[in-house]
Amino acid sequence: MANQMQKDENQKILTFVSRTAPYGSNRPQLCLDAALAAAVFGQDVNLVFLGDGVLQLIKDQAPQAISSKPLSSTLETLDLYGIKNIYIDQDSMTKNHLLAEDLLLDGRSAGKEVLSELFDNSAAVFNL
Amino acid sequence: MNFTVVVYAAPYSSEAATSALNFTKALLEQGHQIYRLFFFSDGVHNANRLAVLPKGEVNLQQQWDSLIRTNDLESVVCVTSAIKRGILNEPEAERHDLKPASMYESSEISGLGQLIDAALNSHRVVNFG
Repeated sequence: MANQMQKDENQKILTFVSRTAPYGSNRPQLCLDAALAAAVFGQDVNLVFLGDGVLQLIKDQAPQAISSKPLSSTLETLDLYGIKNIYIDQDSMTKNHLLAEDLLLDGRSAGKEVLSELFDNSAAVFNL
Repeated sequence: MNFTVVVYAAPYSSEAATSALNFTKALLEQGHQIYRLFFFSDGVHNANRLAVLPKGEVNLQQQWDSLIRTNDLESVVCVTSAIKRGILNEPEAERHDLKPASMYESSEISGLGQLIDAALNSHRVVNFG
């Protein structure tokens, strides 16, 4: 391969926006896989849950009933991989009648201004 | 500017893969560079060389292959996404004892690390699908 992986002096901010509900499509898993890959390669990762994406974070899901793998097992590894910058869109929480205590992980509650600044400061934003 | 184009969508079932192809062509026409094409999830179907189209319909896979070869673009297909969708190049087909290989040789099979590397080394990353 012509382009070998660059070393850490090339560390940048990469933001992954997860905006789809769990289990209906593979997008939530793709987003987590890509964010984890970025973390493994030593990048500064932001993970944002926006729109229906916040539904991924609801506690006590039982997707085995529809032959799906729980997302929680991947979500719980984020911390181990050093993904600590997790943002949860406040409007999406309100629209879905969710409170912080309904969620299986702690994230920063963020409004439009915070998110727009986050996107501005990112080298790349992935929308999944 | 230097771009990475990421394609998540399969050809034909939505407009996204066609838009990605047209966008890539437009970038090249305007003198931009492509750092890498990255095909992820259902996007790997764009590298399928076994597609047979009805008369009068555009073979999108062939168009990607020709664009990649003509402009000597670097094109990567995500290995995890590809092999579970039956998109295998020669080495993967041999590794899994399956013949024939279903993937155009103009792209290579590699991992998500190539997507992250591309994001770090491009001025812009544009996602389709």
